[in-house]
Amino acid sequence: MAHSRLTPWQCLILAQVAICAPLGDTCLSRGMAHIPAITLAHPLSLITAVFTPWIALGIALLIGFFASYLTALSWADLTFVLPATAFGNVIVALFARFWLHEPISLERWAGIVLITVGVGFVARGPSLTEQPAPETEEEPVR
Amino acid sequence: MMSVCHPAQPGPWAAAAMIAAIVLSSTAGEVLTAAAMKSIGDLDEIRARRGMAGAIRAVLTCPLFFPGVGFLAVAFFALLFALNHLDLSLVAPASASLTLVTNAIAGKLFLKENVDRRRWTAAVLVCIGVYLLAH
Repeated sequence: MAHSRLTPWQCLILAQVAICAPLGDTCLSRGMAHIPAITLAHPLSLITAVFTPWIALGIALLIGFFASYLTALSWADLTFVLPATAFGNVIVALFARFWLHEPISLERWAGIVLITVGVGFVARGPSLTEQPAPETEEEPVR
Repeated sequence: MMSVCHPAQPGPWAAAAMIAAIVLSSTAGEVLTAAAMKSIGDLDEIRARRGMAGAIRAVLTCPLFFPGVGFLAVAFFALLFALNHLDLSLVAPASASLTLVTNAIAGKLFLKENVDRRRWTAAVLVCIGVYLLAH
């Protein structure tokens, strides 16, 4: 059964969710910034964009994110996993600042602090809503 | 690689529509995927008992999984489209922030999760934080 308190392994999975998503998003952004503007009149150019190096790397990272995310959802609530991994937004901002050279204002630093506090807040609570066993035909996995 | 000149940034309504497309498709995908994973059980335990192939089979044979992935794929292409027109530092935080709220509501309504005061507080703090990040 799933646990309401996290093991170190589960914390590692959540960290992987938080890190792979922003890294992947940053690679996608870098890749998309270097190809011509895509319009709704030519939607297939989105498919060709997938095969450019930065976007391919971004997709590989997002596959890593997805595998960790699915694992996390199998033992924790969606409403726990999403805020707990929101620290990824802070990582996006830091990547945007130091890699893409986008400016970070005072408001953004305040946002980084609030997200960190919010993540700490939710991480101290139970990760799973205890519910009665679902009545399915399949044998539940134990 | 050569840098390409993009046209001027889209107006606020166009930007809002791009972000809304990401949020709605992402919420539908995440709720369906979460429901799929809940119905399967702890993946770490399944992997320990049946190996990686057994865990992958358990995921791929779950009927809710593919509709969830379908919506997440729509969200992904909506994200690519938005990133082609808007800054990452706007798109990523704005879509993440709104998705957090819609997921909290959807989690309570459809997944029957216990969204208690602690989780709402965290969601609100993260939401404001993400808004400030996008500011």
